[in-house]
Amino acid sequence: MSAVDLQMACVGGLLGLAVLAIVLSRSKAATAVIYGATLAVSAIALIGSMRSLLGDPANVTVLALPVGLPWIGAHFRLDALASFFLIVVNLGGAAASLYGLGYGHHEATPHRVLPFFPAFLAGMNLVVLADDAFSYLLCWEFMSLASWALVMAHHREAGNAKAGYIYLVMASFGTLALLLAFGLLAGPAGDYGFAGIRAAPHTPHAAALVLILMLLGAGSKAGLVPLHVWLPLAHPAAPSHVSALMSGVMTKVAIYGFIRVVFDLLGQPAWWASVVVLFLGGITAVMGILYAMMEKDLKRLLAYSTIENVGIIFASLGLALAFQANGLKLLAALAFTAALFHVLNHSFFKSLLFFGAGAVLTATGERDMDKLGGLIHRMPLTSFVFLVACVAISALPPFNGFVSEWLIFQAVLQSPELPQWALKIMVPAVGALLALAVALAAACFVKAYGVAFLGRPRSVAAETAGEVDRYSLAAMFILSALCLLAGILPGLVIDALAPITTEILGGRMPIQANEAWLSIAPIAESRSSYNGLLVMVFITISASLAVYFIHRFASRALRRGPAWGCGFSDPTPAAQYSGGSFAQPIRRVFGTLVFHARDHVEMPPPGDIRPARLRIELHDLIWEGMYAPIAGAIGISSDRLNRLQFLTIRQYLSLVFATLVSLLLVLAIWS
Amino acid sequence: MVVISDILVQGVQMLLVLLLAPLLTGFVRKIKARLVRRKGASVFQPYRDLLRLLRKGVVLADNASWLFRVTPYVTFAAIWVAAALVPTFATGLLFNWTADLIAIVALLGSARFFLALAGMDVGTSFGGIGSSREVMIAALAEPAMLLIVFCMALVAGSTQLSTVANFMASSYVGLRVSLGMAVIALIMVALAENARIPVDNPATHLELTMVHEAMVLEYSGRHLAMIEFGAFLKLLLYISLIACVFLPWKIAVSGTGPLAYAIGAAAYVIKLAVAGFFLALFETATAKMRVFRVPQFLGAALMLGLLGTLLLFVSRSF
Repeated sequence: MSAVDLQMACVGGLLGLAVLAIVLSRSKAATAVIYGATLAVSAIALIGSMRSLLGDPANVTVLALPVGLPWIGAHFRLDALASFFLIVVNLGGAAASLYGLGYGHHEATPHRVLPFFPAFLAGMNLVVLADDAFSYLLCWEFMSLASWALVMAHHREAGNAKAGYIYLVMASFGTLALLLAFGLLAGPAGDYGFAGIRAAPHTPHAAALVLILMLLGAGSKAGLVPLHVWLPLAHPAAPSHVSALMSGVMTKVAIYGFIRVVFDLLGQPAWWASVVVLFLGGITAVMGILYAMMEKDLKRLLAYSTIENVGIIFASLGLALAFQANGLKLLAALAFTAALFHVLNHSFFKSLLFFGAGAVLTATGERDMDKLGGLIHRMPLTSFVFLVACVAISALPPFNGFVSEWLIFQAVLQSPELPQWALKIMVPAVGALLALAVALAAACFVKAYGVAFLGRPRSVAAETAGEVDRYSLAAMFILSALCLLAGILPGLVIDALAPITTEILGGRMPIQANEAWLSIAPIAESRSSYNGLLVMVFITISASLAVYFIHRFASRALRRGPAWGCGFSDPTPAAQYSGGSFAQPIRRVFGTLVFHARDHVEMPPPGDIRPARLRIELHDLIWEGMYAPIAGAIGISSDRLNRLQFLTIRQYLSLVFATLVSLLLVLAIWS
Repeated sequence: MVVISDILVQGVQMLLVLLLAPLLTGFVRKIKARLVRRKGASVFQPYRDLLRLLRKGVVLADNASWLFRVTPYVTFAAIWVAAALVPTFATGLLFNWTADLIAIVALLGSARFFLALAGMDVGTSFGGIGSSREVMIAALAEPAMLLIVFCMALVAGSTQLSTVANFMASSYVGLRVSLGMAVIALIMVALAENARIPVDNPATHLELTMVHEAMVLEYSGRHLAMIEFGAFLKLLLYISLIACVFLPWKIAVSGTGPLAYAIGAAAYVIKLAVAGFFLALFETATAKMRVFRVPQFLGAALMLGLLGTLLLFVSRSF
């Protein structure tokens, strides 16, 4: 059984489970059976894909199935790039299934979730495996629709129906762009197999158009600004383990699509393509995290932070494009490896964060951070893993988020090698944008953790919360261990990614296993090196030394007392800093420009006993400036066109005649 | 044998920064006092303060969590490791290649992350105001810092501090406009990161005007001692950083023998004294700015970094 056969068998298994879930839907055991079986199948697929990436990555296996269009069939192929993304998909799938074993029991309507969960996983696997345009688009749509059904699982909750509708519209728009892109790629000859597309030459104009269409199609699914509007609505609306899959994994599948087409199928891109990708990536990173900073709904904050991370990945891919276009293979490999490393890291910690948000939701029933607080006392284990994820996503050593960001900055620092002036000047500016995004991410996660888990409880629900079940905790602990491992042993990950850069770019980073003490050095040790393991060991040793000396020689007395309130201890937890107040300094610095933020203070005159009120006015300029006018125009034109429904048969016939004549005229003029 | 001496030198450096850090702060305070014609406390007062804090018991707020108690040690450890990795009197120490400048800045970021969380832990408004302003300042300082690193790496071809220091110590660097801009930007970032005037006032007694001190208001006893010690170390670290990159005068290269090390150490102490003097002079001569003027201050640092980088592109000789 070849590697691709195994993967397809797993996909078949997942689809079978979806059918089984429909059959079992009303039974009590369904949750345990379906999630348990999904966990098993995902684990097998995970091991299979790891074997093909780590074992013999040069061995590309293909499979053709006699389904689909009769003269094309359906082609599937497993190479190093696909193996890597299958690892991301199936690791996320396995973790989400494990989490679902516990979390699923709190589901009020399991029959709305269970059938679509394995189907969604199967869809994501298929997109990565597809090797012709037709199967690719079909699987892409399947994935979108399955996830849409999961978003609509709780369709009676306020806002979810709107979220599902916007998601559906944006997903259709994205698929339309992909359809046009593949049409252009296939060219007039119409070879829809990826092998044929790869071999065919592409004119510069067609290549440019394909790049833009891919940015629209894959970018809208991944959440590139300004196509991100559906993401913060749809991702949080789904059950939390599905949110984790959508944010941690499905955005990565979209990035896979972008890489497959732009890096693999399109051939050598022009250098200016990288300018577009870099610019979009930098803007997306900063905008995403600024939106997240303003958010008070925990799951929506996480969704916005996904947008930020997608921006970082795209900026890194843009760098890779720039280096590749100038033939700097080593540096292109560095930037590309950084992007893939960040893909992996983000799938770890974002899944973990959504699991944590789900655990909070189970324990308190709240997503609004301003109704949480003090959970560190009542959910100690969840708080611990959530803290690990927060540190990792804030790119702080010794966790994994830092390593990939460090690699990206190393790639940014190599920009003087680029011959084009535009790039020379632009790359440092994008680097500064990324640094800003990273620093804001740290601020954002101090806010998320500080408001939700620290402080005093702001509601009865937060005061009476309890720890979640063991399955959920197991899933979260596994992911947090992975965050630490990838952070302290980055060399292993970089070496495992080398076959992909060799396959896609024809170059690779130096072998990191040769470096002493497991450190990593992207180009040469004298230029830059980092050793996560040693940093971690040093911090542990020096912290232990400090603790030892303090407890050996200093006073050990400890007394509990009320917090210091400058002589006036505030009586209510509402007086603590909330999410909105924590964001206030950053809102004043960036928000006045980006969100047209205004604070309105309503102060009653002296003697009046009404409370003073502070109202914050924020504008989503992208929605108001781009989407609202389009939606308005569509509304107005449909109102006008509505009249066409009430014509007489004679008028209809004359319409048909007029259309026919105009089409013939067009044809006559064209030829 | 070589390894043992390397470990020894590395150990000496770790102890040296630990011993010198309170002295530096005491020296700055003394100079500040003398400049306003006060007598001022002894330069050894910070040591006495630390010992006094260590002897006192801890008063912990009622709902403080384990995070609040762990944070002083984590921040101290992170800052100490970072300070041990910056070349002070010698370059090419055993563990210098563990982290480059970006990683050192990120280590300081870890320390700040935990401190900001601890500020939120007790659930008082003072902690919140301190944390939220601290992260705002950090969010503005980090991009500026990256551009400074960028500018430096363009000149020296590395982000590894030992390599940079060796390169800067070599004769063919000369005076460059862009490096001048970078050093001004770095000083501005260092002032902000260390909560010094004009960004923050380490000596104020009004909670509302403080940033860093408001964040750690709930700490007492040995916990406060660790945090104070961390702050002393951080000041020493930034001065060492500026000194090793822009003033690598007499810095010893690894393996050149005890005499070179001794000269390097003496030069290092002189550099610290000079920097401390100028810091005190600057702090006495300026007033603290309003918190929402800080973005303009750090924005200027960012622009200086960017200008320095662009100048390097325009001409290699700048």
